[in-house]
Amino acid sequence: MMGPASSLIRGGNPQGAKPYERFLLSPTAWGQLPAALQQEPDLALLGLWADAAQVHACFLHEPSAEAVLASTPAAGWNYAALSPARPGAVRFERMILELWGHRAEGAVGLRPWLDHGRWPLRHPLAAKPIPFSGEPPQPEFLSVEGEGIHQIPVGPIHAGVIEPGHFRFSVQGEVVVRLEQRLGYTHKGTLSLMLGTSPRAAVRYAARLSGDTTVAHSWAFSAAVEAALGVAPPPRALHLRALMLELERIHNHLNDWGFVCNDAAFAFLHARCGFLREGLLRAIAAAFGHRLMMDRVLPGGVAPDIAPRGAEAILAALDAVEAEIPSLMQIYEAHASLQDRVVTTGYLRPDLARSFAAGGQVGRASGRDFDARRLPQNQPYPTLAFDVPVLEAGDVDARLRIRVMELGQSIALVRQVLASLPSGELMAPLPVRAGEGVAMIEGFRGDCLHWVKLDDGGIIQALFPRDPSWLQWPLLEAAIEDNIVADFPLCNKSFNCSYSGVDL
Amino acid sequence: MSILTGLLTQLLHLALMLALAPVLTGCVRWLKARLMGRRGPHPLQPWRDFLKLLKKRPVLAENASIISRAAPYVALAAAVLAAALVPSFARGMVLAPFADLLLIAGLLALGRFAMALAGMDVGTSFGGLGATREMAFAALAEPALVLAALIFAILAGTTNLDVITGIFQEGTLGLRVSLGFAALALLAVALAENARIPVDNPATHLELTMVHEAMILEASGRHLALWEFQASLRLTLWLALLAAVFLPFGMAAPGAGPIAWVIGLLVFIAKMAALAFALAVFESTIAKMRVFRVPEFLGAALLLGLLGAVFLFVSTGLS
Repeated sequence: MMGPASSLIRGGNPQGAKPYERFLLSPTAWGQLPAALQQEPDLALLGLWADAAQVHACFLHEPSAEAVLASTPAAGWNYAALSPARPGAVRFERMILELWGHRAEGAVGLRPWLDHGRWPLRHPLAAKPIPFSGEPPQPEFLSVEGEGIHQIPVGPIHAGVIEPGHFRFSVQGEVVVRLEQRLGYTHKGTLSLMLGTSPRAAVRYAARLSGDTTVAHSWAFSAAVEAALGVAPPPRALHLRALMLELERIHNHLNDWGFVCNDAAFAFLHARCGFLREGLLRAIAAAFGHRLMMDRVLPGGVAPDIAPRGAEAILAALDAVEAEIPSLMQIYEAHASLQDRVVTTGYLRPDLARSFAAGGQVGRASGRDFDARRLPQNQPYPTLAFDVPVLEAGDVDARLRIRVMELGQSIALVRQVLASLPSGELMAPLPVRAGEGVAMIEGFRGDCLHWVKLDDGGIIQALFPRDPSWLQWPLLEAAIEDNIVADFPLCNKSFNCSYSGVDL
Repeated sequence: MSILTGLLTQLLHLALMLALAPVLTGCVRWLKARLMGRRGPHPLQPWRDFLKLLKKRPVLAENASIISRAAPYVALAAAVLAAALVPSFARGMVLAPFADLLLIAGLLALGRFAMALAGMDVGTSFGGLGATREMAFAALAEPALVLAALIFAILAGTTNLDVITGIFQEGTLGLRVSLGFAALALLAVALAENARIPVDNPATHLELTMVHEAMILEASGRHLALWEFQASLRLTLWLALLAAVFLPFGMAAPGAGPIAWVIGLLVFIAKMAALAFALAVFESTIAKMRVFRVPEFLGAALLLGLLGAVFLFVSTGLS
C-alpha cells in the first residue's frame, strides 16, 4: 500500500521521534521527494519547518491517518523545494528562508513573508543571524494583467477591531480577480522565546500563539513534550483537557456563527450567539478561573482542577445553548435574504482542500474527512462517542453548517466527559531526558500540529507549532476568486483563520 | 397675520426637525438593540456624540483639498434646506410655495454629490469604492423618486408637496393603485437614500461592504459631526416626507392656531415613532443584499414608479 514517496521517506535513517517516526534523508533522497510526492497524492503535507541545521516536513497518509516526518540537512546548501508538488509548502518555504536562512531550490515564489524588512536581524533563528539595517523594501504582489483591473489595498489597520493583515485585491469592477494576503504584522518571535527554555516555561508561549485556540495549542505542545519524554498524563487530566477543548470549540463556533451572520448585516443571530457565548464563558470562568482557559493545560497534566461547582455551571450554560440552537438554525434557514448571501458564496473546490490538506471546517465543508480527535493516541477521545460531520458544498453556508453540527457533537462530548470524569492525580512528573515528540490536537479551526525536540537536559532544542491556518489562508485566496469584493468579509469570517497563529 | 403664522410655523418646524433628527437615529438604534435582546445605547446618544465631535478639530489628509473642507457644510446646508421644505406638523409654512418635490430631490442629489466628492477627494480606495457604489445606486433611485413625483403631479396637478399633502388630506382622491406603486417605490428609494439595510448597513465596520460609511471613512471631528447630523436629518426628512404624503392626517391647516399645531405636533411625533419602529423591525428581520442585487432592487422601484405613472395615464385618458 505504500506509495513511492512513503517508501522513499521510510528508507531514511530513523531519528527516534514519538509517536510518528522522523526519517533523516540524504539531500539526494530528498531531491527525489517532489517527484515521488506527485505520484502519491494521498500523502498530504501537514507542515514544513526547520532548525539551524535541517529542514523537517510532516506528512499524513490520508487513507490510514498515519503521519510520518522527513528531514534533510539544509545548512550550507539549498534543499529541494516541495512547493512544486504540494502547494501548501509555498508559505512554509518563504518562512524557512526568512527565519532560518535555508533556501528552497526550485520553489514557487520566495518573496518575503514574515520579514517586512523591519527586524534588526535577518534569519533570526539561523546559527549566525545577520544584522540588518536600512529602509524596508516595498512589498511585492503578483501582478494581474487585463483591461479595467485595479487594485484595492485593505489593511493592515482595519475599520473594525480585528487582527492586522494586509489584503491586496485585484478587481475588475466589483469582481475579485485575485486576492493576495500579506501577514506578519503580529510577529512575536515566538520560536526564539520558546527555544532554550524548559517545556513548563515554554507552554505559556504555546498558549499565547493564538488566544482563541489556546487550549488546543497548549495541549498539542504538552502532548508533543509528553510523547518525547514517554510520559502518560493521569486519566483525570486527559478528561479535563478534552472538556476544555470541547468548551473552546463551542464558544468559538458560537462566535463564528454570529459573526458570519453579522457580516451579512443580520444582527439578530449575532446578538443571540454573543449572548449564549457570554453565558458559557462565565460558566467556564467559574469552573476554571479563566474565561478562555489559558495556561490550564501544562506538560504532564492539567492545573488547577475544575472548581467544585464548575460542572453544574457549565452544564447549565450548555443547556441554554442547546435549547436555542434549533430556533436559531431555523431563523438562519428561513431568511431568504440571509441564505442568498451565504449559499454558493466563497466556494472552495474539494480537490483544492485536499491538495492543501486543509483541516477543520474549511476542509470538512469541502469533503476532506479528517479530524485529529480520531487518532488513537489522542486519549480520551477513543473512549468517547462522537460523529465528524462532513459536507461537500464548500461554500460559506456549508462551513457554517459544519460548525453548527459540531456544536451539537461537542455539547454531547462535554456531557460524556463530565459523566465519566475519573478521580485521581492531575499531574505526572516530567523526567529530565532527551527526546523528540510530535502531536496533533483538533482545535476549533482544525488540527494543531506541534513538534518538539528536547536535549538531555530537558531543554527545548528545536520546535515548531503549526497552526491549522497555515493551510487555510491560501485557500481563502482561492475561494474568493470570482466573488464580489463586498462578499470578502463574509468568506473571510467563514474561514476565520488566525493571523497570530501563523505570524511566528 | 398669515405671513406671521407661516413664518412662525416655519421656524418651529425647522427647530423641530433639527432637534428631532439625532433623536430619531438614536431611537432606531435603540429599538433595534431592544429587538435583539440587547440593552442598547440611550436614544440621546447621537446628540451626545454630535456635541462631542463638534468640539473636536478635524484631522485632514495632507493632500485634502478645499472639497474635503467644504463638502460637509454643503451637504448639511442642502439637507437643512430640504428638511425645511417637507411639512411636519402644519401646512402653509412660509417656504411652502417652494416645497417642490423636484427641488427636494435636487437638494438631496446635491448632498449626495458633495459626499461622493468628499469620498474621492483624498484618493483612498474606500472613498472611491463607496462613491462609485453610491452613484450607481443613485442612477436608479433618483428617477424612481422623480417618477413618484410624476404620479403625485398627475393626481394633484402640481409637484408642490404642500399642495399635494393638502389634497391627500382631504381624501377626495380615494385609494389608487398608482399610489400604492408610488409608496413602494418611495420606500425603496428611502432605504437606499438613507443607507439602511438591505442596501447598506449603517452599523458596519467592514470597509469592503460599505457604501455610505466608506465615503466618510476619512472624516473626523467637526466634519464627522456634520456628516452624521446630515445623515440623521435626511432620515428624518425622508420619514417626514413619507408621512406627509401617505399619512397626511392630523396636520394643522394653513392659518390654524396653536391648538391645531399642538395636535399636529403630537400626531407627527406618533407617526415618526411608528415609522421608526417599522424601520427597526424591518432592518432586524432582513440581511443586507449583495451589492449586485441593489440595482435590481432599485430597478424594481423604478419600474413600479413607471407602472404607476402609466396606469394613471391610461385611466385618466379613458375617463
